[in-house]
Amino acid sequence: MFRSMLFLPGNTPKMLINANYFGADAVIFDLEDAVSPAEKDAARILVANILRDLDFCRCTKIVRINAIDTDDWKLDLDRILPRQPDLIMLPKASQPQDVLLLDEYLLAAERHSGRSPGIIALIETALGIENAYLIASASERVRALFLGAEDLAATLRCKRTKSGQEIAYARQRLVNAARAAGIDVYDTPFTDVNDDAGLSEDTAYAKSLGFTGKAAISPRQLQIINRVFSPSPDEIQYAQEVMEAIALAKEQGRGVVALRGRMIDAPVAAQAQQVLDAANRQGIKTEVLV
Amino acid sequence: MSSKVVSSLREAIQKVGLRDGMTISFHHHLRNGDYVLNLVMEEIAALGIRDLTVNASSLFDIHIPLCEHIRSQTVTRLQTNYMSSGIGAIISQGILKAPVQFRTHGGRARDIALGHTPIDVAFIAAPTSDPMGNLTGKTGKSACGSLGYAYPDAIYAKKVIVITDHLVPYPLQGWSIPEIYVDYVVTVDAIGNPNGIISGTTQLTRDPVALVMAGYAAQVIENSGLLRDGFSFQTGAGGASVAAAKYLKDIMLQKNIRGSFGLGGITGYMVDMLQAGCFQSLMDVQCFDLKAAESIRSDPRHQEISALQYAAPGCRSAAVDSLDVVILGATEIDTEFNVNVHTDSNGYIIGGSGGHSDAAACAKLCMIIAPMFRTRRPIILDHVTCISTPGRDVDVLVTQGGIAVNPKNEALRQRLADAGLPVVDIHELKEKTERITGVPKIPPKGSRPVAEVISRDGALLDSIFEVPAR
Repeated sequence: MFRSMLFLPGNTPKMLINANYFGADAVIFDLEDAVSPAEKDAARILVANILRDLDFCRCTKIVRINAIDTDDWKLDLDRILPRQPDLIMLPKASQPQDVLLLDEYLLAAERHSGRSPGIIALIETALGIENAYLIASASERVRALFLGAEDLAATLRCKRTKSGQEIAYARQRLVNAARAAGIDVYDTPFTDVNDDAGLSEDTAYAKSLGFTGKAAISPRQLQIINRVFSPSPDEIQYAQEVMEAIALAKEQGRGVVALRGRMIDAPVAAQAQQVLDAANRQGIKTEVLV
Repeated sequence: MSSKVVSSLREAIQKVGLRDGMTISFHHHLRNGDYVLNLVMEEIAALGIRDLTVNASSLFDIHIPLCEHIRSQTVTRLQTNYMSSGIGAIISQGILKAPVQFRTHGGRARDIALGHTPIDVAFIAAPTSDPMGNLTGKTGKSACGSLGYAYPDAIYAKKVIVITDHLVPYPLQGWSIPEIYVDYVVTVDAIGNPNGIISGTTQLTRDPVALVMAGYAAQVIENSGLLRDGFSFQTGAGGASVAAAKYLKDIMLQKNIRGSFGLGGITGYMVDMLQAGCFQSLMDVQCFDLKAAESIRSDPRHQEISALQYAAPGCRSAAVDSLDVVILGATEIDTEFNVNVHTDSNGYIIGGSGGHSDAAACAKLCMIIAPMFRTRRPIILDHVTCISTPGRDVDVLVTQGGIAVNPKNEALRQRLADAGLPVVDIHELKEKTERITGVPKIPPKGSRPVAEVISRDGALLDSIFEVPAR
């Protein structure tokens, strides 16, 4: 689970050598749209070397390969897989067969090396949105869905807007499909890197829909995204009170648990546990916040 | 009414009796837009005067014509506090027989005041002057704000010539330097190019690495134990330093901390902090942008100070003596925390201490901000190419990859670690960097010194050696 995922063009050495210092939970090394055809080869080498040489600590390494209808995706994988990225992002995933094709290639690599990465399916076509659940459940290797709104808007023949009403259906369908398949789901980047208020609003909206996290196209967006997707002190405190109330009721042999005049049922307890889990993952010392 | 205005620069030079072997001085508030140094040197060369010492508080690339006067022996010795990379590259090739003397801003002021570096004739570029030499930098078409570095020259030089492009009737109101120090006033069409004097606005950097470092820097200050009411602060005009000031302002406002003063060269971001109530006063030796220049003109809390009051050691007191925190840059830093701001890693002169060593020596917390690497070069080395500021005066190094605290300040290290900041040993940080960059070869050093770095107390700190022409 990542709060933030930072896209870094695979042909920008100055950015790549600092990839692990920006504060992203995950970094997506992009070999696809950000890299022109003439630079694909150089970018592969650069990203492979970065994966080999940088200490990523807690930062997850994702590589966006080229789409499977190109000649590049296998070349990407052949160069990248020996450097053991954590996840491969598959662009333009439109049907389960796309995932299965990649899955097959990764399986072959796994037989050879003993390990291989998971898949994030980048859904950015109308067909992909309609097939979201089938894609999400096509292989156990699929760990998350990811909404790519810019390409999607093109296939929908509509204009991308800051308010995002044109992708409302896509967002909700993707969240539902991913959750139905039991995997994570990530929101499309907010493309105006100078609009902090807009980013904050868009991120909060994505969180409210159920997205796991959101992508960033600039390191400057990470602080806001991480903050929005981190549990707030109030949320942590409430979650702790819920767990304490449950523990107390159990101790006293009571079947019904109430807190602040509200019944604590299983979904509330589950959400409280999710908040505490997220706090622990992010290294927030929950005990001092009580 | 009497007047000190003479008809030409040549007449003024002749009247003060400038002759072979003397020392002349310049201040640098017009920065890379300064016309005055070149105008004066052309006139002196035309008069056939030779073997001069030039004592300039800083030199910029606009002053490259000075190199021709060096080659022709009009100038044979150079004293300065800073030299930008274009002129630095030429000087690095050894065109002067005698090594350049680099001082700090405070050290230069002190040495002038004590007569260690006596000045025969000071040339003061004045954005506004009256006919008797009351002058200011706050108004006029070439306004630059503070004239802090010109004070010791004006006060202690044997003769003072004011050069202005904005002559106003006597008496100028709100002068910075008064007529009592001035011998002659010369008017010229322009003392500088406004575009090179001060930048329009100091933009907040968009460099993500600088922003990461700035965030850490602000957190270091927040957790240093020094950020409380009465706090005082100095920072530079570099991208990460300015961003750190912005983040610090947010923290101070959030915690309702009312500081005492901001010091040094002043940017618009320090003005923002003043206006937001973070400080009671700014003590300004040099304005870096238009916002600072406007503020010093209109806000009485924004005060002009001389280089002596700013940083001169040996004064009864100087403002740096009361400084809590300073943020400074580095071209290199070594594992003993020695900092180089004079040369690049190939040994070419690209800067100078300015107020670096003064603030570092006096501030309670001296923080260096520098990226782990610039292009292919690691910044942390076993030994810096040139020691500009000794490691004993540096408390902490902030990089994007972690924060290294000088072992002399174990209490600070503990505080930062307790606050959850990424504190690392400087050797570990160096190794981490070298895993990416490799270990650079040390470039060959020439045998002849082209510059001496003189510490603020007058001792020889290091030498810079001749390098081949680029």
